[in-house]
Amino acid sequence: MDLYLPIAEMSVNAFVIIALGGLVGFLSGMFGVGGGFLTTPLLIFYGIPPAIAVASSATQVTGSSVSGAFSYFRRGQVDLKMGAVLVAGGMMGSVIGSFLFRWLKSLGQVDVMIGLVYVLFLGSVGALMLRESIAELRQSRAGGAPMRRIRRHHPLVAALPMRMRFPKSGIYISPLAPFLVGAGVGVLTVIMGVGGGFIMVPAMLYLLGMAAGVVVGTSLFQIVFITAVATLLHATQSQTVDIMLAVLLLLGGVVGAQFGARAAQFLPPERLRLFLALLVLAVAVRLAIGLTWTPAELFSIQVALS
Amino acid sequence: MRRLLAFFLMLVVALPASAQPRLITDLSQSRIDISYRFAGAELLIFGAIQHPGGRAPSELPGIAVVLRGPAEPLTVRLKERVAGIWVNTEALRFESAPGFYAVATTKPVRDLLDERNAAIYEIGLAHLQLSPATAADTETTRRFQDGLVGLRAREALFVEQPYGVQVTDNVLYRARIPIPSAVPVGNYQAEIYLIQNGEVRARSTAPIIIDKSGFERGIYVFAHDHSFLYGLAAVALALLLGWLAGAVGRLRGG
Repeated sequence: MDLYLPIAEMSVNAFVIIALGGLVGFLSGMFGVGGGFLTTPLLIFYGIPPAIAVASSATQVTGSSVSGAFSYFRRGQVDLKMGAVLVAGGMMGSVIGSFLFRWLKSLGQVDVMIGLVYVLFLGSVGALMLRESIAELRQSRAGGAPMRRIRRHHPLVAALPMRMRFPKSGIYISPLAPFLVGAGVGVLTVIMGVGGGFIMVPAMLYLLGMAAGVVVGTSLFQIVFITAVATLLHATQSQTVDIMLAVLLLLGGVVGAQFGARAAQFLPPERLRLFLALLVLAVAVRLAIGLTWTPAELFSIQVALS
Repeated sequence: MRRLLAFFLMLVVALPASAQPRLITDLSQSRIDISYRFAGAELLIFGAIQHPGGRAPSELPGIAVVLRGPAEPLTVRLKERVAGIWVNTEALRFESAPGFYAVATTKPVRDLLDERNAAIYEIGLAHLQLSPATAADTETTRRFQDGLVGLRAREALFVEQPYGVQVTDNVLYRARIPIPSAVPVGNYQAEIYLIQNGEVRARSTAPIIIDKSGFERGIYVFAHDHSFLYGLAAVALALLLGWLAGAVGRLRGG
């Protein structure tokens, strides 16, 4: 069924978009990630203008993260104090990100930059995840207990001033560290249309040394807020949020997520992490090919910003 | 349609003769509404030629039908490979490029008109006056202009249809212009030219409005005029849908 998107100003096949949202929802339900890193590239492959894909995907991530954030909160697995610091950092980061986005748009480099940033982040995160899950698989084959990490948090983090206690996360560190992590993720949220969970979770575990029990819940808490801020920024600055597109994605996404969560129960967690790593790497490779292969259209048109 | 044609024929016969030929034009619709089911449209532009003395000439008259969308400034960028990656490098700004331009003619433009006249009336994709605003040599400007026209032509936003105008009895003419779903909104103008011996002998115009309607228009206006509220609404909607899905999932999951 053809449906005209009022902001993207083009007609799309509604079923294709819902199916796309469903696929992303299935994978995100299965792996426990927001899925923004899949939505944005898939929308761009479909032909949605990158700026609108990024903005509408941020809106979709808000919706797909909120129920998860609630259920973690009810179980007491959200560190609100840490979450507040991360959100404060994220707000600053998203404002910086929106200025960066605007500047790149005026230079005409926004599409290339979105692609480059994606390849860079997905490539490195995917490679790290792959290395770790392979090591994990080997260890579980060998029958040994998984290696324990001795270091609590990164030495750079320990060196920062103004230490503060975060009882729920079980750490005593400077709030500057989570503030900066939040800011970095906020920039990415605005530029890439992702929640940033795939960066945030490893950063919380290995950089800040937070207790594993509150990591996912706190990350989801921050994602809901920052993607909402990103939606507001895109809506006010460039009018690129397509509400219809976001709703279509969510319709598919929420159904897909239920099935994904069920499917995840039949797979061992280390196998799941391996698949997620491969998926992230596959998206990175596809985007890298897109950047290096001769494009079908060498010319592009940018209508002057009003 | 048939009755309309008959009406035109009557009109042509009834009107007093004058020395100059005249063009009478009408459109299948003077307004195209873009609603949620809009997947493109077809505009029929038709009318009659009123020949001096009321006698149709024995030879086929030359007709050019142009449909032109609102013009706007834009920047055309060219990608080049830099360190293995395709990056936008050169850019050229044009002050007035139509968002949509379609031309249908009775025969190829070059057989109808000479270069000078085609450029004056902007008939044909090769004769658009895009007013380049960036200083560049003619060759570069030409290359970017061709790039722009080629790109828009592949998006079906620029259309050239030689033999796209049908003429009946050397008096009635009609052309069907395809409108793609990605058409920009705004005030359009249909221009019809009667061309004889390489010269424009008569001209008529008709306005058309292409605009979003109903819900689509509401959303678009809301997003632009109350962008902050629109953003809040988008967030609220996403939160509601996400929360609902979670609640339903919990119910089903027990």
